[in-house]
Amino acid sequence: MKTQLRKKPAARPFFQYPRKWLLAALLFSQTLLAIDVYQFDTPQQEALYRHLTEELRCLVCQNQNIADSDADLAKDLRQEVAQFVKQGKTQEEIIDYLVQRYGDFVRYSPPVRIDTIVLWTLPFAVLLFGGWGLIRTIKANNQTNAAAIAKTHSQPTSADSPTEPDS
Amino acid sequence: MKKSTSTWLKAILPLIIFIGFVALLMSGIGKNPRLIPSPLIGKPAPDFALPSLHDPKRIIRKQDLLGQYYLLNVWGSWCPSCRVEHPMVSQLASSGLIPVYGLNWKDEPENAKAWLQQFGDPYADILVDYEGRTAIDFGVYGAPESFIIDKKGIIRHKVVGEITPQVVQNELIPLIRILDAES
Repeated sequence: MKTQLRKKPAARPFFQYPRKWLLAALLFSQTLLAIDVYQFDTPQQEALYRHLTEELRCLVCQNQNIADSDADLAKDLRQEVAQFVKQGKTQEEIIDYLVQRYGDFVRYSPPVRIDTIVLWTLPFAVLLFGGWGLIRTIKANNQTNAAAIAKTHSQPTSADSPTEPDS
Repeated sequence: MKKSTSTWLKAILPLIIFIGFVALLMSGIGKNPRLIPSPLIGKPAPDFALPSLHDPKRIIRKQDLLGQYYLLNVWGSWCPSCRVEHPMVSQLASSGLIPVYGLNWKDEPENAKAWLQQFGDPYADILVDYEGRTAIDFGVYGAPESFIIDKKGIIRHKVVGEITPQVVQNELIPLIRILDAES
């Protein structure tokens, strides 16, 4: 057993660790694979394309957006989005186009509507409810603490022998 | 007395919230997350003009298929589930219950033809969507998918995944009865 050799951390430079390279390659491979190159006329168009493909859900692999997904359908949808952006369509027009075909499910942020209002308000309601409960508990604790302190502190003044207050 | 009921309620409140939460999560367990409801049901089918698989010079348009209800089956030779449903699709087509058209999605025509030769061709006609643009218009996100389109060209129903005997019994036949009553 070469325990001594193993315990000593070798002072090798980073590029001599093949496993780290492998890990780095694995981490980046997925995002790199899904990149296809589209030429846009303006940086604004490119930004819109980026924003849209990150905002739209891939329907095949549902926990990915269409920018990151390597699914065939995601590629097709990226192509559609790129074409629309180049034609000068607005963000709303492009999102509407896809929602008409695939439903609200393609959007990662659901629209605010009557049937989605619970979805949008519930987290804030829970937060408010929790905050209210927290404040109530803290106040109640403070009151009992104050009462307990008042009780222990009042004893030395009334009694002759000094007693040590509780820490 | 009143105070005791309120403290009792307070003690049991977290349990009630917990049970409610569990019920909410349990209700989602049996559901298939792959089933995305189509917003196109009840709306006119998108326009299409696609070449026929067997005669690429002939273009099939949406208007050509109006006046009858039919089932549009999205498939590809690359799709394993399409092979699974193929006997059922063939049976449905030969039963004469409903005309069955194929939408060959993102497939090489030679592969599609070889596939049909091997497993049989039940389709009244096959539209070739090589680029997949029409499929996007139909909101297709996987194969197989099937649409029932009525004689006015309205999408009445969508089947995501394989057509099984249960789907035919529980979804297609009742709808075909309604469509028959309309015409």
